[in-house]
Amino acid sequence: MSLWKEFNKGIIKENPVLRLVLGMCPTLAVTTRAINGVAMGCAVIFVLLGSNIVISLIRKVIPTKVRIPVFIVVIASFVTTVDLLMAGFFFELHKVLGIFIPLIVVNCIILGRAEAFASKHSILDSVFDALGMGIGFTLALTVLGSVREILGNGTIFGFDLLMSVGYQKFIIMLLPPGGFIALGLMMGLMNKLTKETS
Amino acid sequence: MELFTIFIGAVLVNNFVLARFLGICPFLGQSRNVGMAVGMGMSVIFVMTLASVATNLVYGFILVPLELEYLVTVSFILVIAALVQLVDIVLQKVLPALHRTMGIYLVLITTNCAILGLALLNVVKNYNLVESLVFGLSAGIGFTLALAIMAGIRERLELADIPKPLRGFPITLILAGLLSIAFMGFSGLVKL
Repeated sequence: MSLWKEFNKGIIKENPVLRLVLGMCPTLAVTTRAINGVAMGCAVIFVLLGSNIVISLIRKVIPTKVRIPVFIVVIASFVTTVDLLMAGFFFELHKVLGIFIPLIVVNCIILGRAEAFASKHSILDSVFDALGMGIGFTLALTVLGSVREILGNGTIFGFDLLMSVGYQKFIIMLLPPGGFIALGLMMGLMNKLTKETS
Repeated sequence: MELFTIFIGAVLVNNFVLARFLGICPFLGQSRNVGMAVGMGMSVIFVMTLASVATNLVYGFILVPLELEYLVTVSFILVIAALVQLVDIVLQKVLPALHRTMGIYLVLITTNCAILGLALLNVVKNYNLVESLVFGLSAGIGFTLALAIMAGIRERLELADIPKPLRGFPITLILAGLLSIAFMGFSGLVKL
């Protein structure tokens, strides 16, 4: 039951993007297409899972004073792994996401979870925490990516949605300003919805 | 001329915050008043210039000769973390007055993705030592510019009547979007 709670909290109640406002840079930069959001999310889930497991395993061995550098090295190793894997198997996506793959290292979500959760809890708890946070992040990115892709290009995941009915592309949604405005409105909507249900 | 292009490109056309989405966290978090924004900006300019040069040296003289380019992420983040610590210690000893105003921001800088992003962009763009020095300096200035403008707007925003769900981060993001539209007007200023 408590495992379910660890998993569940990352998706809505403590959604890393919409609630905790962490990991803004990749959120805004890559979400010009829905598929980018999914890819970025998967990369983050992989790194988060790996680093949470390792840090939870070695949490009793690390001296408190040097814990942050240790965390960063662990995270950076997983990021390098995912970077090389994506370059090997998903070359196109890797090219689109560009420097935002290596930049997962400084994504506040991962270091934040390592410091606030994995270094204090058992492995199983940390795994579920990582999955919940990672899926929450992926969902937020995918929704934002879909909104921007539908409005800016008339498609979703590359499939035609509005183009056949003569939709005028709203190009600004694909440019940097669109990212800021779409995310701002999405956060506002989320605030309004959760306020009303609770 | 080439260096001037890099400078204008990083400050105005491809502003780190508003066009490249690097360093959004401090941009949203540290922009409540102009004084704070300028303090943060100065530390970022300083660290960015140093980090740009340091990572360029590490890449050119250690990673490339040893064929360890795949370690670029791990080594850069360690270099940046060490550098920030070093700046902190040196500043505390040499200029205690400056350290009192800048010190609190230095801690936050290690995990600022603008710094690591800058170091990685240097590698992607194949900049030499002088070019990366200029790129680091101008990226820092661009960051400070965006942060200071944002802080100026947010000081006024305190008086505005904002719809309740949009208070806080959402309205800041929408503002950043409008600011970003303004900065898009600079595109085409230089050929990149």
